[in-house]
Amino acid sequence: MEYVISVLLSGISVGGQYALIAIGYTLVYGILRLINFAHGDVFMVAGLMGIYLTATLPIPAALVLVVILTVVLGFTIERVAYKPLREAPRMSVMISAIGVSYLLQNTATYVTGGQPMTYPVIPFLSDTVNVAGTQTKWVVILTPFLVLALVVALSLLINRTKIGMAMRAVSKDFETSRLMGIKINSVISVTFIIGSALAAIGSILFFTNYPAITPTAGAMPGLKAFVAAVFGGIGSIPGAVIGAFLIGICETIIKGLPSSWDVSVFSDAFTFALLIVILVFKPQGLFVEAATDKV
Amino acid sequence: MKQKRNILPTLTCITVLLLLVILLENISSFIPGLPQIFQPTSPLFTVLKKAAVYSLVAVSMNLLNGFTGLFSLGQAGFMLLGAYTYAILTVPASEKAQVYYLFGGCAFDFSLVDMFEGIFGTSGFGAALSMVLACLIALILAGCVAGFFAYLIGIPVLRLKSDYLAIATLGFAEILRAIFQWQKLGPVTNGANMIKGFPTFSSFNITDASGNVLLRLSTFVPFLISSLCIIVIVLLINSSYGRAFKSIRDDEIAAEAMGVSLFKHKMLSFVISSFFAGVGGALFAMYVANAQAKAFTSVMTYEILLIVVIGGIGSVSGSVLATFLYVACSEWWLRFLDSEQYIGGFKVPLLRNGFRMVVFSVVIMVIVLFFSQGIMGNREINIGALLKKRSVKTDKAERKE
Repeated sequence: MEYVISVLLSGISVGGQYALIAIGYTLVYGILRLINFAHGDVFMVAGLMGIYLTATLPIPAALVLVVILTVVLGFTIERVAYKPLREAPRMSVMISAIGVSYLLQNTATYVTGGQPMTYPVIPFLSDTVNVAGTQTKWVVILTPFLVLALVVALSLLINRTKIGMAMRAVSKDFETSRLMGIKINSVISVTFIIGSALAAIGSILFFTNYPAITPTAGAMPGLKAFVAAVFGGIGSIPGAVIGAFLIGICETIIKGLPSSWDVSVFSDAFTFALLIVILVFKPQGLFVEAATDKV
Repeated sequence: MKQKRNILPTLTCITVLLLLVILLENISSFIPGLPQIFQPTSPLFTVLKKAAVYSLVAVSMNLLNGFTGLFSLGQAGFMLLGAYTYAILTVPASEKAQVYYLFGGCAFDFSLVDMFEGIFGTSGFGAALSMVLACLIALILAGCVAGFFAYLIGIPVLRLKSDYLAIATLGFAEILRAIFQWQKLGPVTNGANMIKGFPTFSSFNITDASGNVLLRLSTFVPFLISSLCIIVIVLLINSSYGRAFKSIRDDEIAAEAMGVSLFKHKMLSFVISSFFAGVGGALFAMYVANAQAKAFTSVMTYEILLIVVIGGIGSVSGSVLATFLYVACSEWWLRFLDSEQYIGGFKVPLLRNGFRMVVFSVVIMVIVLFFSQGIMGNREINIGALLKKRSVKTDKAERKE
């Protein structure tokens, strides 16, 4: 019983961390129709920045700086690698995203020397707590609530503010909203800024509970978060969050199955199997009503 | 008519190239005292072998992405299938106990090498013949297995469009990788461990009884197989099927209206591309002398995709050219960036392990952003036309005189 609770708890927390990345994917895809392959690597870089900054600065200042620098990184990537290709075919933008991902991974290998880096112990988040008889870290308990708070804030931003209205308009119809005088470029920048900030927060939560960061540590969570976004219906924030929680929980359950079954190697494969099933049977995802020409 | 005239010069050029490779490989044993670069251990031959293997995979990816317009990222998965098929079929029974020691031997004792040795004998010419035949058949089967899986995967996946197709094929590659690492399949796939002990490129070197090399063929073999496969792909592209592929790429709706069956041609292109990716995977296993699922990650697919982009999406000769440049840069020419260098007494900053790949990825980003056509765009190196231009020039020169 205690084992079941601990598996479920960590599943929910992993799901929450995926949710924060998935929002970045779903926002960018909603507006640019681009799978931002570099998003997972931005997440990884945020983790590395966390390590280097906490080594020199007091922890609260370092964490704030991590978020700011990740936002700068996301903004720069969009301006340098995606903006020049705005009129180019979709395939070139995707190739550019893959190129950025390659660049970030190689730069991370260069900076870290290819060694796995351990994330610092963050007071409070890393402290253990006793829930229903199982030992766990505070970060595990805190993640779902933080995610919910952020999602509520984001929904308010998108539904109640002017920039949110612009974002919705652009994702409905890129060309028309441009004709209506919406500054496309600043809307896209805001999207990348929000996505990167959430990825930075996600990276702090994720890596606190994770043994080490390698240059490829971002790729898998990134792809899984994308699957979560597709699962929930790409473009829909609540969809992405629910999809991420489902994937996180399923994944930890598979990892937690008895080791004699030897199925933990399939925890990643399961996510992709789920993706293919969804794409084949319900390509518009669970929470999007009107399917355009996606599939 | 125009194309027919090109076949002869192109084939001649390829034959000359292949003969040159044999010469290059063996020159050090005929003329002693040549610079290090001509020695069999020089990076030149590593680059040539790896590039020959990668060029086949790049061209197969180009067939799909560049000529049919299907953005697939499953190449590494099909290479994995090919590599494992080849490895499992050719490890000799005598090696199996050692390779599969964790699982108490392989689940089945069949090996193509042993089968042919049973027919042709285990010594001298018989052994060589059986090794070559076994490799050949295993390579073809490697392609067939990859093609068969592509067929199964294609049924649900080929209905998807652009980026959804990309992510779904990427997912399939990851699923395949997980399955091959599953410990329960250990007696067949050796779990997460590598399979080795099968014939590699250096097995093709002709040796005398005491093991001294008489004629090196270890670089020639990948060149030969890759060029044969690429010739087949080029013939396919120039056939009526190839024209159907290109029409799908340019405009699906128009192609369908002209009577091109979309699903049939997409499937055909997908299966053929995967067949050659499987052969390429088997060659890759021969090149690295082992087969391990860990090697065939999505990073490998990205690498091949970037090669295709550098060469020009929709150009076979561009892909081949780009592969050789890419591999030479990453394995050889840019190696100096990875270690500390001094110019005069001055230590060049930034140079240390990993810097090569950073420079390399920046170059790739520049190509992607500013030279999106790549080296060749969608043109081809036309050997016939090159020769003709030369002769026109000489004609003019003669007339002037």
